[in-house]
Amino acid sequence: MFKLDHYNLDTRLLDISLSINAGEKVALLGPSGGGKTSLLNALHQQCADQVAWCPQEHGLVEPLSGYHNIYMGQLDQHNALYNLVNLIKPLAKPKQQITELSAELGLISEQLSKSVAQLSGGQRQRIGIGRALYRQQETFIGDEPVSSLDPVQAQQILELIFKRHRTVILALHNRKQALENFDRIIGIKAGKIVFDSPKKELIKNKYQAGLLDSLYD
Amino acid sequence: MTSSSKNISLAFFIVALVCIPFADLVVYQVEPWDELARMGQGLIQPSFPELSILADSLINTVAFALLAVSGAAVLGLGLALIFKSRIVRIFSASVRAVHELFWGLIFMQVYGLSATTGILAILIPFTGIFAKMFAEIIEQQSRVPNTTLAPQSDHVSRYIYTWLPQAWPQMVSYTRYRFECALRSSTILGFIGLPTLGFYLETAFKQGQYDEAAGLLFSFFILIATIRWWLHSKYIPSTLLVPLYLTLALFALPESPQVYGSSLVQFLSHDIWPKALLNGDIFAVFAWYQHQLLDVAIPALWDTLLLSQLAMVLTGLLVLLFYPWASKVFFPKRFSLMRGFGRSALLILRSVPEMIFAFVFLLIFGPSGIPAVLALALHNAGLISYLLMRHSEQLNYRTDSGRGLNHYVYDVTPRVYPHFLSLLLYRWEVIIRESAILGILGITTLGFYIDSAFEDIRYDRALFLIVISALLNIAVDSFSRKIRAL
Repeated sequence: MFKLDHYNLDTRLLDISLSINAGEKVALLGPSGGGKTSLLNALHQQCADQVAWCPQEHGLVEPLSGYHNIYMGQLDQHNALYNLVNLIKPLAKPKQQITELSAELGLISEQLSKSVAQLSGGQRQRIGIGRALYRQQETFIGDEPVSSLDPVQAQQILELIFKRHRTVILALHNRKQALENFDRIIGIKAGKIVFDSPKKELIKNKYQAGLLDSLYD
Repeated sequence: MTSSSKNISLAFFIVALVCIPFADLVVYQVEPWDELARMGQGLIQPSFPELSILADSLINTVAFALLAVSGAAVLGLGLALIFKSRIVRIFSASVRAVHELFWGLIFMQVYGLSATTGILAILIPFTGIFAKMFAEIIEQQSRVPNTTLAPQSDHVSRYIYTWLPQAWPQMVSYTRYRFECALRSSTILGFIGLPTLGFYLETAFKQGQYDEAAGLLFSFFILIATIRWWLHSKYIPSTLLVPLYLTLALFALPESPQVYGSSLVQFLSHDIWPKALLNGDIFAVFAWYQHQLLDVAIPALWDTLLLSQLAMVLTGLLVLLFYPWASKVFFPKRFSLMRGFGRSALLILRSVPEMIFAFVFLLIFGPSGIPAVLALALHNAGLISYLLMRHSEQLNYRTDSGRGLNHYVYDVTPRVYPHFLSLLLYRWEVIIRESAILGILGITTLGFYIDSAFEDIRYDRALFLIVISALLNIAVDSFSRKIRAL
C-alpha cells in the first residue's frame, strides 16, 4: 500500500526504504527531530485521498466550533451550498453523526458548540482526531495524536482508531503504548531507520530491545 | 528573527543613508516663532465654529467614510478571493496607487462637489487596498487545516471552512482600522472643497485662525478616539449596529447636484487628452509626452522616491522606539497611566493628517524635504506602532519570560519583527502615495505637479502624471512583494 524506495528528503530523511501493507498496525518511535513527522508526511502524500490524516498541529480552525472542525472531514461529500448552509446553521444529519462520534471520543455537546480556541489541549486533540475519523477512510495516519491525553484516555482513543481503520500508522512518543498496541514498530533517528521489527522480536530478542533503548540515547 | 529579515532591514537602512546627500534636506533660516506662538495660543484656547456647521461637517465626514468603507470592504473581499489573477492584482494596484484627493479631483470634474464624489473618491482606492490586504491576510493563515481535508473538497468549501474563518478576526480588525483611515481621508477631502471637517479646517488654517483650527482638530480627535463607543457597543451587536448606521448615513448625505451624462463623456473623451492627440498630430503628441516625461515626471519621481525612502526608514526606527510604550505586554495593569499616555500619543500621531504636521514643520524648517520626511515618518510611525502594539498583545507569552528591556529585545521584538517588516513594506507604497498629499503644500513630489495641473485646468497633464504615479506604485508594490517573499 505504501512504498518508499531509497527515499531522501534533504537532510531530514536519508535513504529510507520501507513498505507497509494494508491491514498493518505500525508505530513509529524515535526522538523528536529524528524524522518521524517527515516520514509520515511522505507516506501521507503517497495516497492522500484515501487517508484519514491527523497532523501534529491538528490543523484546527480556531474561530470555528468543534462541530465544524470535525465536519470539515467530509467537505468533499457535499456541494458548496450545503457546506455553506451547514456553516451558518448545523444541519440535522451531520449533526447527529458528529454528536455520536464525539461521544465516543469523550466530548460532550457543549464542547462541540464552543469555538475550538476556548477548548483545552486534550479537547482540541480529540477534535483533531474527530475530523480524521469523520473522513471515514480505511487508513489512519497520525502524528502523536494522543500526546495530550492521560494514559487511560489515550488507550481508549487508540482503540477507537483501531476499531474504525484497517491500516493504522502512528508516530508515538510513548514506548509502552507502542509495544502494547502495535504489531510492527519502526525506530527512526537522525533521518534513518534504526530498526523495523515485529513487536514480538522487540520484546524477546535482547539485541532488538537494545536497539529500542539506543533510540533515545 | 530570520536572517532575511535582518538583511532586508540592513539593505533599507544603507540605501537611506546613501539617499541623504541627494535629498533636499536644507534647513532654511526662517522666523517661525510668531506664527508658532499664535498656533500654540490657538491650541491652548481653541474655539469652535457654530454648532450647526460643526455637526453638519462631522456627519458628512462620518457618512462618506462609513458608506465608502462598507462598499470597499465587500468589493475588496470579492477581489481578494481571485487575487491570484494578474489582472485583478494590476487593477487593485492601479486604483489604490492614486490618492483619494486625486480621485476626488477627477470625480469632481464630473459629479461636482457632491456626495457621489466624496464616496467614490474613498471607495475606489480603498477597494484596491482591501483586496490586497485581505488576500495577504488569507495567505498568512495556517495551511495545516487544508491538509487534513479530503483532496477532492471543492474550492468554495475550502475557503469558507478553512481560510476565511481563520482570517476573519484579522479582517474585521483591519476593516475597523480602515474605517479610521477613511475618516481621515474623508476629512482631507474637505481640502478640495467637499463639505467635510477638512473644508473648515483648511479655511481656518489658511486664514491664520488657529484657535478655530485647533477646535476643529480637537473635534476630529474626539471623533476618532470615541469610535469604540459609538461604533462598537457592548449592548448592541455590530451585525445590527452597522446596518443601522449605514441607513442613517444614506439619509444624512448632502444633496447632490444634478449630473449630466454629457459632462462625463466630455471629460473622458476630450478633457483628459492632450490637444495634439485630439488633432491627430502624431509628432506633436510625441513631443508633448517627451516634454512631460523628461521635464516634469522624472525629476518629480526622483524627489518622491528619495523622500519616501528616507521617510520609510525613519518610520521603522520610530516604530521600534514607540510601540512598547503603549503595549500591555510591557505596561500591564499597574502601569496603565504610562500605557494610556503611550496610546494617546500614538492616537494623535496617527490621526493628525500629515498635511497638518507638514504645515507646522514647514514653518520651523522652511520649504525643503525635511518637513515632508518628518510628517510622513511621524504619522506612519504612529500608525504602525499602534498595529504592532496590538499584535504584540495578541501573542502568548510564558509567565516566566523576562521583563522590561530583556523582554523587549529577546522575546517580543523578535516575534513581532516579521509582522513589523511586512507592515512597513506594505506602508512603503502608502508613503509614496501619501507624499502626493504633501505636494499640495509645495514640496516637489509628483503630487505637486498633479495638483498644479488640476489648478491650471490641464487635465491632460494631470492624467499623464497620475498614470505615472500609478506605475510607480505598481513597481514598488511588486518589488516589496518580492522582498517579503525572501
